[in-house]
Amino acid sequence: MQPLVSLDGLTVAFNGIKVLDGISLSVGRGEAVGLVGESGSGKSVTWLAALGLLPKTAAVSGSVKLEGTEILGASPSTMDRVRGGRVAMIFQDPASALNPVLTIRRQVGESLALHRGLSGAAIHAEARRLLDLVGIPDAERRLSAYPHEFSGGQNQRIMIAMALAGNPDLLIADEPTTALDATIQAQILELIRRVRRETGMAIVLISHDLGVVAENCDRVAVMYAGSVVEEAPSVELFDDPLHPYAHGLIGSLPPIDGPRRRLTAIAGTVPDPKAMPRGCAFAPRCVHAAALCGTKPPRLRAVGENRRVACVIDRRARATDIIGQAAE
Amino acid sequence: MTAPLVSVDRLVRTYRMRAGMFGRPRGVCAVDGVTLRINRGETLGLVGESGSGKSTTGRLVLGLENPDAGSVAFNGRRLPAMDTPEWRASRARMQMIFQDPLGALDRRLPIAAQVREPLDIHAVGDEAFRTARVEELMRSVRLSDDVGQRYPHELSGGQRQRAVLARALATKPDFLVCDEPVSALDVSIQAQVVNLLIDLQAELDLTMLFISHDLRVVRQISERVAVMYLGRVVELGNADDLFVSPQHPYTRALVSASPAPGARRGERIVLSGDPPNPASKPGGCAFHPRCPSAFARCRTEAPALVEVSPDRSAACHLTGLESPAAVALGAVA
Repeated sequence: MQPLVSLDGLTVAFNGIKVLDGISLSVGRGEAVGLVGESGSGKSVTWLAALGLLPKTAAVSGSVKLEGTEILGASPSTMDRVRGGRVAMIFQDPASALNPVLTIRRQVGESLALHRGLSGAAIHAEARRLLDLVGIPDAERRLSAYPHEFSGGQNQRIMIAMALAGNPDLLIADEPTTALDATIQAQILELIRRVRRETGMAIVLISHDLGVVAENCDRVAVMYAGSVVEEAPSVELFDDPLHPYAHGLIGSLPPIDGPRRRLTAIAGTVPDPKAMPRGCAFAPRCVHAAALCGTKPPRLRAVGENRRVACVIDRRARATDIIGQAAE
Repeated sequence: MTAPLVSVDRLVRTYRMRAGMFGRPRGVCAVDGVTLRINRGETLGLVGESGSGKSTTGRLVLGLENPDAGSVAFNGRRLPAMDTPEWRASRARMQMIFQDPLGALDRRLPIAAQVREPLDIHAVGDEAFRTARVEELMRSVRLSDDVGQRYPHELSGGQRQRAVLARALATKPDFLVCDEPVSALDVSIQAQVVNLLIDLQAELDLTMLFISHDLRVVRQISERVAVMYLGRVVELGNADDLFVSPQHPYTRALVSASPAPGARRGERIVLSGDPPNPASKPGGCAFHPRCPSAFARCRTEAPALVEVSPDRSAACHLTGLESPAAVALGAVA
């Protein structure tokens, strides 16, 4: 089956410095894909690049296909229909994504007019329905309120309402709950799950929080220094991470019950994009690094049916595979 | 049992604020009768959402703010009033670490000079001693020697937080208040700093108040944990048991809201509504408008923090009763 969106070899460089290095990733219809990684790993840049939202100084290459049609470098008018209409995006800080001097009705109505061609009373009725859907109480009255009259959690609900206005096939949620309190985060994640159930929309959930991704996604891609290092169904990834970075990331998370164990912190820090190691970007911090790791970056390769990993010394790989790679 | 190093008794702190330019000023009670004991060498975790008063409690405990009522005793003696010479001298014994290390460091001074500053201020030892002490501190927080000559902007987030920690430890304090010290760091760096704090606490026999919204980090580092909601401690207990068998409905919701990779224990509890504004606190139990098991008494009477089992206190009318069903029956009868 054709994926909804597929990225192939997506590469981004700012002023000649490569920040994204050949991302290949696909999202199926109705699927929930998680993207985890630390700051600077390129998880947000991936989708900003895919939707043509990066400034002109960014050099983007590779391919982004929406149902088989190339959209990377498509005309502005095509992209205007794709963004908001087919693929919507919500961000970490809803208060700064909303216009403080416009009422909620104007802001939600704008998407409805642009993507659904509604006008007048139809906009009002639909905006009200959307606010009801995302759980804003007293929607009729609050349509004429301004963003500062809502709490952080409610503003994120409004952002979700605006994203849903164009009936998108895919919602990119970039750290949607990072700025929110724990109990409000739980509410917003519950809302996203419900909306997905009701609309069958696919979602890409970008987060630094492994728990959030594990609970809400079918499949997870782990990013490190501009590359996907492991991709797996979420249950398998958390039970049995193959890449040493994924392993370290999961070991860094303190358990909430059971015996306390010392955290397996990953030594060192993320490499500077201006001075990337020649081989595997993770090798300088990797406890398993071998001589081979310093020579060239490992490619993402299939392990089993639905997993991919970019590491030459994956413990599941057969010895012949490693020798085969080394010989290449 | 020995006397606690820090004992906090019914602390109250109210801020005045105005609604709008001409509004009548009204009191916002940020901390409302908090009582805590921290034993020597112990780490007490303080969790809660924004506006729960956990940072204000931290500041009050350190004497960085004067309480409106209640008292803080350090080592059996009441904290001296702010800005007195005694108060200034007491700073060497107690220190604080904040969330944002870049904001806590002086951007125009190299790291070593900043780590040395407390030694100069409190006139600890002579020139040679201070230089040696700075080197020792840098080693103890696992920073390499060359970092000392660099400026804050040249360091990574984790290195900056280590530098702040080295500076806080310079005068060999007994007590450290850490306010969200790892919240701004990436997961792998967060684990490094958490491990370092645990090691240093054991090496130096530090007493800590560890404030965070992250239940996992708090459990990892603390012996006991206090949960705050709208200025009050709603539950207090041993870190290992507290999150496994939370007694207060708010703690239960908080644990349930903490996303977990792997299998989920029990049903998810999603609270409705936002935490109320501290400026317009609901009457009775402050949690009742969001509480799934609230009943008539909760709307009128605020529950006190009482011991429900050894090592566990909770402020809820329901604890000690068998189940919410039993309460409903009791209410009818």
